[in-house]
Amino acid sequence: MADSAVHDIPSVYEPSLFGTYSKKIGMWLFLLSDSLTFGALLYAYSYGRISTAGWPTPFHSESIVNATIMTAFLLTSSLTMVLAVRASVHGDAKGQRLWLLATMLCGTGFIILHGREWSNLIAEGLTLPMFPKVPGHEAASEFANVSKVVPQFGATFFTLTGMHMLHVTLGVIYLGVVALRRTFIPVLLGLWLVAWLATPAYSPFHYGAHVLLIAAIVCGTILWLKPKVYDSSDVEVAGLYWHFVDLVWMFIFPLVYLMSAKIL
Amino acid sequence: MDTIQVALAERAAEQQRHHGKALFFWVWGALLVMTAVEVILTYQNMQPGKMLTILLGLSFVKAALIIGYFMHLKYEVSRMKWLTMCSVVACLILMTIFFFPDAFRILYLGVK
Repeated sequence: MADSAVHDIPSVYEPSLFGTYSKKIGMWLFLLSDSLTFGALLYAYSYGRISTAGWPTPFHSESIVNATIMTAFLLTSSLTMVLAVRASVHGDAKGQRLWLLATMLCGTGFIILHGREWSNLIAEGLTLPMFPKVPGHEAASEFANVSKVVPQFGATFFTLTGMHMLHVTLGVIYLGVVALRRTFIPVLLGLWLVAWLATPAYSPFHYGAHVLLIAAIVCGTILWLKPKVYDSSDVEVAGLYWHFVDLVWMFIFPLVYLMSAKIL
Repeated sequence: MDTIQVALAERAAEQQRHHGKALFFWVWGALLVMTAVEVILTYQNMQPGKMLTILLGLSFVKAALIIGYFMHLKYEVSRMKWLTMCSVVACLILMTIFFFPDAFRILYLGVK
C-alpha cells in the first residue's frame, strides 16, 4: 500500500528542512551572506574609528535631519512592503501593486536624499581621490582637512553608504519588476536617461546612473527569456530583500551618522 | 514551482493571512519612536562609550522587530530561526574577537 494512503497525506508533499519553499530559503541564505558583507564593512568603519586618533565628527544638524528623514522613508517603505505581501496573500492584485509602488516611491525618496547628501559633502570637500574634482569650487576648509588628515573617514563612509545605496537601488528595481514586469523596463531606461543627463559630469552619480542601464538589460533579458506572473511567494521573497536593506540602515544610521554628529 | 513548492508556499501564505494590519502599524510606530530617541540622545552630550552602547542596544531591538515581524521569522519553524540567527551571530562574534583587540592595540601602542 502506498505511504500516502497509510498516512492520509498527499504523496507529493515532502516537508523541507526549514518547512518552507526553496525560493524563500534561497533568499534567506543570500541575505545571511550579504549581512556578513555589511558586517565586514561596518567592522572596517569601526576599526578605522577606534584605531585613528582625531576621528572627525563632521555631520552638522542639517545632515542629521536629512539622515533621519531618510530613516523614516526606509521604515515607512518596510511598512508598505509588508502590506504589499499581505495584499498578495489575500489575492488583492490591485492592493499589492499599489503598496509595491508606494514602497518604490519611499525607496526612491531615500536614494534622492542620499544622493543630495553625498553631493553636498563632495562639494564641501569630503571626497575620495577617485572622484573627479568639482570645477570652480573651493572646498570648505573643514571637510578638505578631513579628507587630507583622516582619509579613512571618507573611504569607509563612501564605501559603506555607497554599498547600501546600491542595494536600495537594486531593491527598487527588483520591486519594479515584480510589480510592473515588462512595463518597468522602458521606465527604467527613462530613469537611466534622466539620471545620466541631469547629473553633471563631475558627479559620481553621472557614472553610477549606468547601474540602471545594466539593470534594464539584465531584467529585460530575464523577462524575455522567462516571462511570468509573479505570485505571492515572489512578493514575499522580494519583501525579505527589502526589509534586509532597511535592517542594515538601522546600524549604519547610528554608527556612521549619529556617532559622528557635530555637537556645538 | 513544482507541487511541493506550491504546497509549501500556500502554507506560508496561509500563516500570513492571520496577521492583522494593526500589528504592523504598531511595529512601524515603535521603530519610528526608537529612531527619534536615538536622534535626541545624540545631542545629550553623553560619553561616547555610553552613547554607543545605548544606540547599538536600540539598533538591535529595531533589528529584532524588523526580522521578527516584517520578515516573519517569528512565524517560521524553530529550526530555521535558530540556524539562521546562530550562524550570523557566530560570524559576527568571530569578527569582533579578531578585529577589535587589534584596533585598540593600534590606538594605544601605535602602528609599528
